[in-house]
Amino acid sequence: MGKFNKTGGREMPELNTSSLPDLVFAFLFFIMMVTTMREVTLKVVFRAPQATELQKLEKKSLVTFIYVGEPMQEFQAQMGTSTRLQLNDQFAEVSEIQDYIAQEKSSMKEEDAPYMTVSIKADRQTTMGIITDVKQALREAYALKISYSAQPRIN
Amino acid sequence: MGKKRKAPGINATSSADIAFMLLLFFLLTSSMDTDRGLARRLPQPVPKDQEKEDTDIKKRNLMVVLINSSNQILANGAPIELRNMKEMVKEFIENATNDASKPEKIEVDVPFFGAMQVTKNHVISLQNDRGTEYQAYIDVQNELAAAYKELRDVVSNRKFGKAFMDLEPEQQEAVQMIYPQHVSEAEPKNYGDK
Repeated sequence: MGKFNKTGGREMPELNTSSLPDLVFAFLFFIMMVTTMREVTLKVVFRAPQATELQKLEKKSLVTFIYVGEPMQEFQAQMGTSTRLQLNDQFAEVSEIQDYIAQEKSSMKEEDAPYMTVSIKADRQTTMGIITDVKQALREAYALKISYSAQPRIN
Repeated sequence: MGKKRKAPGINATSSADIAFMLLLFFLLTSSMDTDRGLARRLPQPVPKDQEKEDTDIKKRNLMVVLINSSNQILANGAPIELRNMKEMVKEFIENATNDASKPEKIEVDVPFFGAMQVTKNHVISLQNDRGTEYQAYIDVQNELAAAYKELRDVVSNRKFGKAFMDLEPEQQEAVQMIYPQHVSEAEPKNYGDK
């Protein structure tokens, strides 16, 4: 029975990997579609509060973000540890919100401006004082659609 | 001459690596999380020169929810736990027994439903202290939203056999007419900062 000789010299055929780049590219494009670039570097620490009745924010291009929280460790030497606002890439005061909103509004298409939504991303331990100030400023700036950013609660 | 020289094939084995590098770059710099939150509408700003006009609200139509700086909740003058809040708000909005101390019912002509008794003028006034914790505020907002959602779901299920979220836009509007959301986020009062 010479059928089972091991010296047959059959080799494992090499796997054709020439389509691997295409696969990876397809995956890459998928990732590029479903994600958004992080536009700002966070300078404040915030852990979103938790809630259950959440709604998704639909159009990313219509959303403006306001971050509220304590400055990160590396900024604490300059800014202290009290709660601060962050608009775009820098720390800001409540009084600057109006200008910021006006600027964001003007950079939008005119027909989109009424649908602008402001997402307040505040730390769960912030006191309401600063949030209220922000809300009042937003009212003055006629940015009336707001969203309190929150995480889904896991029970 | 005459004989064509064949161009050597380019070695493409590393293009997979290059593509992986790009992929990693995008994975790291982008964020996948869709932003979620509680959507609210702020009231129009009051012009500075104008005297603040007090809109007259009947006492039975008003529910004042107050959160103090130690995150305790007071609803219509009585302290209440967060977990009991939703039921109380639901009772208030629905007023199933037509209680004289709960919001008055007004007949409204609603598409799909016909004439309905609706507590159209109810207002839930949410007041907070400057020292209230944000999470506590969101918790209460969440309970209010949940109360409205559950009431609307009941009506939607009874009429259309679907949850409110799955209805057509016109149907949603009709259900919203039955349970309109009137949550007023009042201007803050300072009852002593933390």
